[in-house]
Amino acid sequence: MAFKIVSSQCTSCSACEPECPNMAISEKNGTFVIDPAKCTECINYFDEPQCVAVCPVDDTCIIDNNYPRYVA
Amino acid sequence: MASQIISLSSIATPNNGVDLDEIMQQKAEHQGCGTSGGSGKASCGTGAGQGDLAPEIWEKVKNHPCYSEEAHHHYARMHVAVAPACNIQCNYCNRKYDCANESRPGVVSEKLTPEQAAKKVLAVASTIPQMTVLGVAGPGDPLANPEKTFKTFELISKTAPDIKLCLSTNGLALPDHVDTIAGFNVDHVTITINMVDADVGAQIYPWIYYKNKRYKGREAAQILTDRQMQGLEMLTERGILCKVNSVMIPGINDHHLVEVNRAVKSRGAFLHNIMPLISAPEHGTVFGLNGQRGPTAQELKSLQDSCEGEMNMMRHCRQCRADAVGLLGEDRSAEFTTEAVMAMDVEYDLESRKAYQSLVEQERQATADAKRAELETLAGEQSDVKILIAVATKGSGRVNEHFGHATEFQIYEASASGAKFVGHRRVDLYCQGGYGEEEALESTVIRAINDCTAVFVAKIGGCPKASLEAAGIDAVDRYAFEYIEQSVIAYYRDYLDNIRSGAIVHGQRGDAEIRQGAYVAA
Ligand code: SF4
Ligand code: SF4
Ligand code: SF4
Repeated sequence: MAFKIVSSQCTSCSACEPECPNMAISEKNGTFVIDPAKCTECINYFDEPQCVAVCPVDDTCIIDNNYPRYVA
Repeated sequence: MASQIISLSSIATPNNGVDLDEIMQQKAEHQGCGTSGGSGKASCGTGAGQGDLAPEIWEKVKNHPCYSEEAHHHYARMHVAVAPACNIQCNYCNRKYDCANESRPGVVSEKLTPEQAAKKVLAVASTIPQMTVLGVAGPGDPLANPEKTFKTFELISKTAPDIKLCLSTNGLALPDHVDTIAGFNVDHVTITINMVDADVGAQIYPWIYYKNKRYKGREAAQILTDRQMQGLEMLTERGILCKVNSVMIPGINDHHLVEVNRAVKSRGAFLHNIMPLISAPEHGTVFGLNGQRGPTAQELKSLQDSCEGEMNMMRHCRQCRADAVGLLGEDRSAEFTTEAVMAMDVEYDLESRKAYQSLVEQERQATADAKRAELETLAGEQSDVKILIAVATKGSGRVNEHFGHATEFQIYEASASGAKFVGHRRVDLYCQGGYGEEEALESTVIRAINDCTAVFVAKIGGCPKASLEAAGIDAVDRYAFEYIEQSVIAYYRDYLDNIRSGAIVHGQRGDAEIRQGAYVAA
């Protein structure tokens, strides 16, 4: 399971990119995207998902229900 | 080339041999005599000259438009937008759009890589030889993007070593980077400090991101203020000049800013810049949407005045954008888009920049001399009459702008102690609302300078002149192309004479409005 970025809301500020412990976030065509294969929901690293914590726009980094929850 | 240079048409012709020795001599004399405004404390930045500043500090600020009120008429700055990320949220900022309060273009505007930024700096420096300062101010927080910010500094310090580097930050990450900042010889840092009390802070900052965690409310504000104070102390210990910016938010921190002023002064801040909150619903900020108003011109001035006894106050800040280019009060960034810059063939000519800047020094010296001579005519004057005068200028310290072309007016306070720059009023935004010229004048320009007794212009038409007179503002073109401060003093002297002879009656003027919006490229 993974987080995803709602691209219509992303300001492309890049704040989330360096905070991800799994380097799951990158820039694609002007907005930022999360690679679901790499995202671990920050489990085992931090108490809260870093992309959510740093993102200036509420509800932009959200759970992607297309994937099962990550199990550590 | 010469035709591209900013508003220096009034300067001595560039081909009358520049004698550097003579200029250095004049400069030395100038520094020795401390030409402070006459009212004791220099009003904004370093006021009219070195005043009571230590020589090593004067050396750092004298050509810096943001630190020296006098220099801001003559020298230009530029910002490069290399830092999009931020680590806090402020209620006066919506990260999607241009932030009017913190020199920040919206993140939708052009972002630069450090390499593009370095090229842009060279291009601008070659086109505008009086560009002496490069700042990184956003669009987010430079220290939330340390790699991009420091890479930019590294590239520029290699290719254009004469350009001063500065940065402005919210302070949260500052203590972690002070040594790197010192290592790049960054000698000016601006910290935005809006509070020193977490209860006040909680009303300004909904959250911060610190050490991999999002903090909210009082706790967030407490961490922020602790980090800001620590960062400020660390910088001043290392001899790096610090300017503190505060956004004045009526009802939230307006009275509290006097305490902020004391706190930052005791930690060695060099200059305090209190800026009006800029807030409108269309900005989409928390304050814009909840109807939080900004201060009026009088409220702002009286807070600045009450802090002035304490330390240097800056009143010439234009709250410019993170990608602004040019003299304060103008923005030439539209000339230097990434596309245009990348296509430019830039040659960095240090020698011609120096020669040009020494001409600027001559002009600046002449301005100071003229002011001093005029001030002598006020010697012994006891009157406590004070008036405000609006001036249309394109720079160089002269009355050299047409009334109809002015996008801002500089405001001077004239009193028995001389002429003092006290602020500026922006008027161009008012004219964008589709008003006819006549309406724009009546409803907007007059509102912006309603507290002034007179407006000095290089030229003005009959119609606007009549409208101004009807509003009780004297439109004056007899000082066209003269030095501003000298003219302000001369006008004041005549004004006093006219009161005494009974030709006019001195009355109080009303309040004025502060424009809403950051400087944007036209
Ligand atoms: S939740 Fe954590 S691991 Fe997943 S993308 Fe966000 S920062 Fe990276
Ligand atoms: S922090 Fe949020 S707004 Fe910024 S790039 Fe990441 S997802 Fe987009
Ligand atoms: S510090 Fe600047 S960029 Fe960051 S939220 Fe505040 S105003 Fe916006």
